[in-house]
Amino acid sequence: MSYWHTYGPAGYPLTQLGWGLGIISIVVIVVIAVLLLGALSHERSRRATDDTQLAVGREGGGMGWIYIGTGITTVVLIACMGWTLVTSASVVRPPSPPALTVQVIASQWWWGLKYTSAEPSRTFITANEIHVPVGQPVRFEVASTDVIHSFWIPQLGGKMDVIPGQTNVTWLQADKVGVYRGQCAVFCGAEHAHMALELIADTPEGFRAWQDDQLHDTPIAASTEAREGQRVFQAHCAACHAIRGSDAAGIVGPDLSHLMTRRTLAAGLLPNTPGNLAGWIADPQSLKPGAKMPDHLVSGADLTAVVDYLKTLQ
Amino acid sequence: MSDVETFRAPIIARATDQSESSHILKRSWEGRGGIAGWLSTVDHKEIGKRYLITAFAFLIIGGLEAAVMRAQLAQPNGHLLTSEQYAQLFTMHGVTMIFLYAMPVLSGFSNYLWPLLLGSRDMAFPRLNALSYWVFLFAGLFLYASFPLGKAPDDGWFNYVPYASRAFNPGLNIDVYALGMVLLGISTTVGAINFIVTLLRLRAPGMSINRVPILIWGTLTASVGNLFAVPAVSLAFFMLWMDRQFGTHFFDVGAGGQPLLWQHLFWMFGHPWVYAIVLPAMGIVSDGLPTFCRRPLVGYTPVALATVSTMALGFGVWVHHMFATGLPIIAVSYFSAASMIIVIPSSVAVFSWIATIWTGRPVFTSAFLFFAGFVLLFVIGGVSGFMTAAVPVDLQLTHTYFVVAHLHYVLIGINVFPVVGGIFYWFPKFTGRLMNETLGKWTFWVMFIGFNIGFFPMHILGLAGMPRRIYTYAEGLGWGSLNLIVTLGSYLFAIGVLMFVVNVFVSLKRGQRAGDNPWDGASLEWSTSSPPPPYNFAVIPTVASRYPLWEGRLNQGDDHSSTQQGFLLDKGRETMGTTSLDAEPDVILKMPSDTYAPLLLGLALAMLFVGALLHSWWLLGGAAVVSLLASIAWLWPERSLSQIET
Repeated sequence: MSYWHTYGPAGYPLTQLGWGLGIISIVVIVVIAVLLLGALSHERSRRATDDTQLAVGREGGGMGWIYIGTGITTVVLIACMGWTLVTSASVVRPPSPPALTVQVIASQWWWGLKYTSAEPSRTFITANEIHVPVGQPVRFEVASTDVIHSFWIPQLGGKMDVIPGQTNVTWLQADKVGVYRGQCAVFCGAEHAHMALELIADTPEGFRAWQDDQLHDTPIAASTEAREGQRVFQAHCAACHAIRGSDAAGIVGPDLSHLMTRRTLAAGLLPNTPGNLAGWIADPQSLKPGAKMPDHLVSGADLTAVVDYLKTLQ
Repeated sequence: MSDVETFRAPIIARATDQSESSHILKRSWEGRGGIAGWLSTVDHKEIGKRYLITAFAFLIIGGLEAAVMRAQLAQPNGHLLTSEQYAQLFTMHGVTMIFLYAMPVLSGFSNYLWPLLLGSRDMAFPRLNALSYWVFLFAGLFLYASFPLGKAPDDGWFNYVPYASRAFNPGLNIDVYALGMVLLGISTTVGAINFIVTLLRLRAPGMSINRVPILIWGTLTASVGNLFAVPAVSLAFFMLWMDRQFGTHFFDVGAGGQPLLWQHLFWMFGHPWVYAIVLPAMGIVSDGLPTFCRRPLVGYTPVALATVSTMALGFGVWVHHMFATGLPIIAVSYFSAASMIIVIPSSVAVFSWIATIWTGRPVFTSAFLFFAGFVLLFVIGGVSGFMTAAVPVDLQLTHTYFVVAHLHYVLIGINVFPVVGGIFYWFPKFTGRLMNETLGKWTFWVMFIGFNIGFFPMHILGLAGMPRRIYTYAEGLGWGSLNLIVTLGSYLFAIGVLMFVVNVFVSLKRGQRAGDNPWDGASLEWSTSSPPPPYNFAVIPTVASRYPLWEGRLNQGDDHSSTQQGFLLDKGRETMGTTSLDAEPDVILKMPSDTYAPLLLGLALAMLFVGALLHSWWLLGGAAVVSLLASIAWLWPERSLSQIET
């Protein structure tokens, strides 16, 4: 989450300016600290005499400090303002037209993602894990279904608040293949702390492959266990979750198509392992109290079956 | 009508606290004593002390809330608190520190000190002063009443909608906050009016507007600011309450309401408020520092103008809390530039303080240490504010611990340090005894070191990407060790605050006797006894310069202020009303006697809000009637209170 270094043109100018203003700030603190220490300690003998005597016989002395100090401050300040304005202008738009538009739909406490395309057949929905091609600007249209959130992948760029009733637009670009963590930044209720997401920057080929993969319907459950699991899922889970290629089409919770391709569960809370998956389904309220997913929807043999089914969602 | 005095040429006399006239004054001004006197007093000194004590009680409560939160965050995956408990704690911590400590504590100083600094016998509206305190106290109790029930406000102190709307937050929590803030707004507003009128009318003869102490400029500026800022937030909270209780749609997204409307209204208030809770504190330093540097403040006029211009600019910067909300870049750039401009008046103040120390001959008392330490904290809090004012940088910094660090440097560095220094400075005037200097110096170092260990690493946590208001965090994000340092540092700071409180209690009983002017200060409060008599001054002083008690030593020519000889005004509770700019004697003001009306009105108003909260319309109606009756009793014309021409 540290943004001392950033990895794309939406972040570089911010980081440069941040370092610049940060260093100026530290210099200011040091200069003032030195002046203050100097003021406190210089000519210590001055204090040796009678305390009740006044040091300076008139009010005017010392004005040079204010003139010079404020003068220098003003010059530095105006330079910084200019730098800030230029930097602001440079990140308003991406350097080239965005290759891709992703709609980010934030809810308490997870991220829905819709990859749009001019061709309706290439549009798909996923959750909590953004994939982008490296080296290309991506446009993000952020919207909320409930309260205010903030969309933030610190190593790629600044925040964009997600405000219900309006769609805010931002862009990011990753110049290096890798995984970039993000987290909701505006307090949004009980599990604000557990509303993370990941952005995975892949080579254009890798991204294309992922995209094609996501576009496929998930395969029909093959084994008996998985078919039983699908039945349980349809009975208990499908009101909220969708799995493309099955009858499950709920929109309240994250779309689970190709769930097994994701690295984490529950918006970045847990690594995606079968054990964690079973634990999450059995007892989400102990892991993420207040989440909309209820406890004990499925248990025992049903739980095993559902996990078996979900494991097939490659 | 013949029995009403309408004209009198006031007697000019020489008098001290031992004079016979002083006994007459004492009889006129002294309260009844006992519980009855305690409840009905309108003495600004009594009210000021109550403000200070109540605000410190809230500071300690808010500090304990922070201590619990820091225990939770000391390590990754902390589970001492549930997320809802954490939300209530961080909300009440913010509400307490910002609304129930930071402003009221400054009101305490100003209430106590204004008439003494200005050479008056009370504030312009003593009864309004009492009302202001009672309503503050009741609003604080109102906000805290729901805390033990687990229904305290829980959406952060800036309470963003729609999370604060009924759909997402159905309990009483937000209603308590909404109504509590409207109630508190009444206290702030009447207090502000009182300060403004007091400045315009109650300065000692000769104390023209360019001779008032900087603290007066700070509180005056804050009061004018509050008059314009508070209506925005009272309106916003009232609209929110209407949304929640009566289905209006001001912030209801589904019906076309706007979440950003809340943010605009809140921050139009919120940012000026930030200046209102630092400018008087800066005034404390600007007045205290010269005493210990043994010279007048360098640049009185630029510092006074900087104070006023900071507040004026402060009304044009509110959007810097909203840079990431998707507003157009042109709009946010304006607010970015406006926010940065505030560096200029701030630098005037900083260089004035440094020059005052440099060209002075500093005496290293506890109070001086707090004032000098404050200068460095002011600069650190200032430059982090300058960084967040730059839009592109703020897009990363906003909503992170960097902002938490910034606001604590501002609120603790620029409010708590001057306040503690101010207590060391004026404690002898308040109580007649000095605070313990040895313990005081230790206290400074513990607080200063603890504060910096506790809060400086928060900047780095923010740069490491830690968002605000998360009740826990996972391992492996690199936040664990810094959070542990923050927790330990903040506990050290808390020990420093505890040492200060112990010092106050011990010094109250055993402190060394102070005398009238233990620091050889220059302003009028040091010319009267410690603690001051109920009537403040045996005669109304006459002022001929900014530093009436230093005139003989400043070689300023033929300025002659007079504290021993002046208008006697001993026919009941009287003080001198003067003209607004030049402070020429104008009228003799008859001041009201002690009365229960402010307490009764304050109680009735509090009950009115309790009725609204609980939908108890009978209680609300009854309280409204009592409020009206109390107001009528209060405002009933009294011939003895008509002012007298001179």
